[in-house]
Amino acid sequence: MKLRPAIGIVALVIALVAAQLVLRAMDKEYCLTQLTMAIYYAIVVIGLCFIMGYAGQVSLGHGAFFAIGGYTTAVLTTYDFSRFEAAAWGRALKQAHVFVVRQDMYGSDVLNAAPWAAFVTAMAATLVIAVLIGYPALRLKGHYLTMATLGFGLIVYKIILGSTLTGTTDGIVGVPAWSFGTVAAISGKSAARVQNYYIACGIALLVLVLLRNLVRSRVGRALRAIHDHETAANAMGINTARYKLKAFVASALLAALAGVLLTHYTGGVNPSEAGAMKSVRYVALAAAGGTTNLWGAAVVSIVLNFLSLRGWFGSYDNAVFGALLIAIVSLAPEGPLKPLGLLLRRFSGRWLAGGRSNDGAA
Amino acid sequence: MGQSDLILQYFLSGITKGSIYAVVAIGFNLIYSATGILNFAQGEFVMLGGMVAVSLAFFLPLPVAVAAAVVFVALLGGLLELVFFRRLRRHSILHLVIITIGLSIIIQEAALHVWDEKVRSLPYFTGNEISSMHLFGAAVSPQVLWVLGTVAVIVVFLHVFLKYTMRGRAMRACSSNPDAALLAGINIANMRTLSFVLSAGLGAMAGCVISPITLTHYEMGSGLAIKGFSAAILGGLGNPMAAVLGGLLVGVLEAFSVSVLPAAYTDVTAFAILLLVLFVRPHGLLGTPAGESVREF
Repeated sequence: MKLRPAIGIVALVIALVAAQLVLRAMDKEYCLTQLTMAIYYAIVVIGLCFIMGYAGQVSLGHGAFFAIGGYTTAVLTTYDFSRFEAAAWGRALKQAHVFVVRQDMYGSDVLNAAPWAAFVTAMAATLVIAVLIGYPALRLKGHYLTMATLGFGLIVYKIILGSTLTGTTDGIVGVPAWSFGTVAAISGKSAARVQNYYIACGIALLVLVLLRNLVRSRVGRALRAIHDHETAANAMGINTARYKLKAFVASALLAALAGVLLTHYTGGVNPSEAGAMKSVRYVALAAAGGTTNLWGAAVVSIVLNFLSLRGWFGSYDNAVFGALLIAIVSLAPEGPLKPLGLLLRRFSGRWLAGGRSNDGAA
Repeated sequence: MGQSDLILQYFLSGITKGSIYAVVAIGFNLIYSATGILNFAQGEFVMLGGMVAVSLAFFLPLPVAVAAAVVFVALLGGLLELVFFRRLRRHSILHLVIITIGLSIIIQEAALHVWDEKVRSLPYFTGNEISSMHLFGAAVSPQVLWVLGTVAVIVVFLHVFLKYTMRGRAMRACSSNPDAALLAGINIANMRTLSFVLSAGLGAMAGCVISPITLTHYEMGSGLAIKGFSAAILGGLGNPMAAVLGGLLVGVLEAFSVSVLPAAYTDVTAFAILLLVLFVRPHGLLGTPAGESVREF
């Protein structure tokens, strides 16, 4: 039993590496771009799983948190701060390498925030906003958070559409790459495609392992107690509101992290990221993978988002996700992988008399 | 136009929109108190009502088209309950709420494919776009009176139904104590279906009367759902009549916010109200604290 989580990790790593090798062998390496994007979206979904499966709350605002991450990065790394250069604080920030000079697409020098500074700002903004939304909504029993986040998402969408700072309906383009020294960079250059694929895989795996450890810790047990019976958890001395809030904030931060990374990767961000449909899609994917099954959610979300990004579902894209949501939640509320895994094990037990089971759904 | 006329104008437009929010909020409450489900597809019923009536109005007289649309959407609401929620008895409320989210997308996408993304509207029930009446110095379209009248009739009808008819009392019994209601011989499952039928029908009715003013669009549902929910929370969740007060308040505040905020940010008002209420008075203006109104859902 102890080996099973390790099997999950190993299986996922093998699958991810195999995907790259197969695509290279098929001479379809350009598909890695969509696969990388799908992996970043999967980070949002596993973050959402954490709050849905372990704290029993649904957030319909994760698209908005993703957009807050993406837009904060995009605005700060493309906005020209050079008119503040003369001011004392502008100079100080330039000295501290918070502001960096780079060339825009026309070759002239502009002064932008450094990607890491934008990242820190995005995370801080998300933290504050998530606490502001979560605190009132999570003090109450029930699903007030769902509606509060739905409203919040709609507002963020409206503000992004209405504000010239965020480029209104066009969004923002020309976001620079996020380079770590000369070793690696998160950028959409086709030469760096394989490298970026593995960066995305690494980050996603790291998030998965961290979350898995978290749900098996004291925090995770408290959250599961809340999920199963809030009153009983309260009576046991668990500060239910605080745990739920922490889970919500962590999950919002993951969404914003994915937003920052994907914005650097695609070099831009557009308002559709903040749309209500995006948030609903994340919920659908989390439910489809099984909300208490982080691995399953990661796999399902990577596969489905990849197919969607490749345009497999055509104009029925949203309908596919809606139908999927209804079908899976009504037929297999625990997630489809669990019954599937049990079935596989039964078959493998029947075929191999030894009863060796190695399905990766654990 | 003087300052007081302007205020009256804002007020009337707020009351008009607010009455629609009130109907959505009533729909929320009916389903919520009977089943414990927060129905995200509530706004979709309003959209469908308008869309179906617009299509039927091409070859039917307007009153018949509206009536047929209301009946159609009401039956659809009942059908959804029969197909999904009645069968999923073992599912947690959370799962049922997620299913309503899925239904809302499917209905919206279906509407997109059936009616495309054009904005449509029913003809004005009386008069036309430019006809207006003077009411205490403010100019109002006769359609506004239709909206207010219809909503008033809906509210009175519902009040009488819930208070004085056997079936309405049975429905209230289900929401206050399902187990006791079951012991008293009330068919709870049927009452739940009835709550969906009523709620969908009322939503469709609202969708028809508001269509000439705000126009009908396949995407209008989710915005209405969140505002209706704000109204329901403001009034006190679980109390259909409190929803009327909540709806009118949200509508009026939203109308007056136009004079302060840029028009693109009008929706911010409803959301600010929602958060404020959650912060200060989670049981709503007319709700009772703890127990009843913050019942687990």
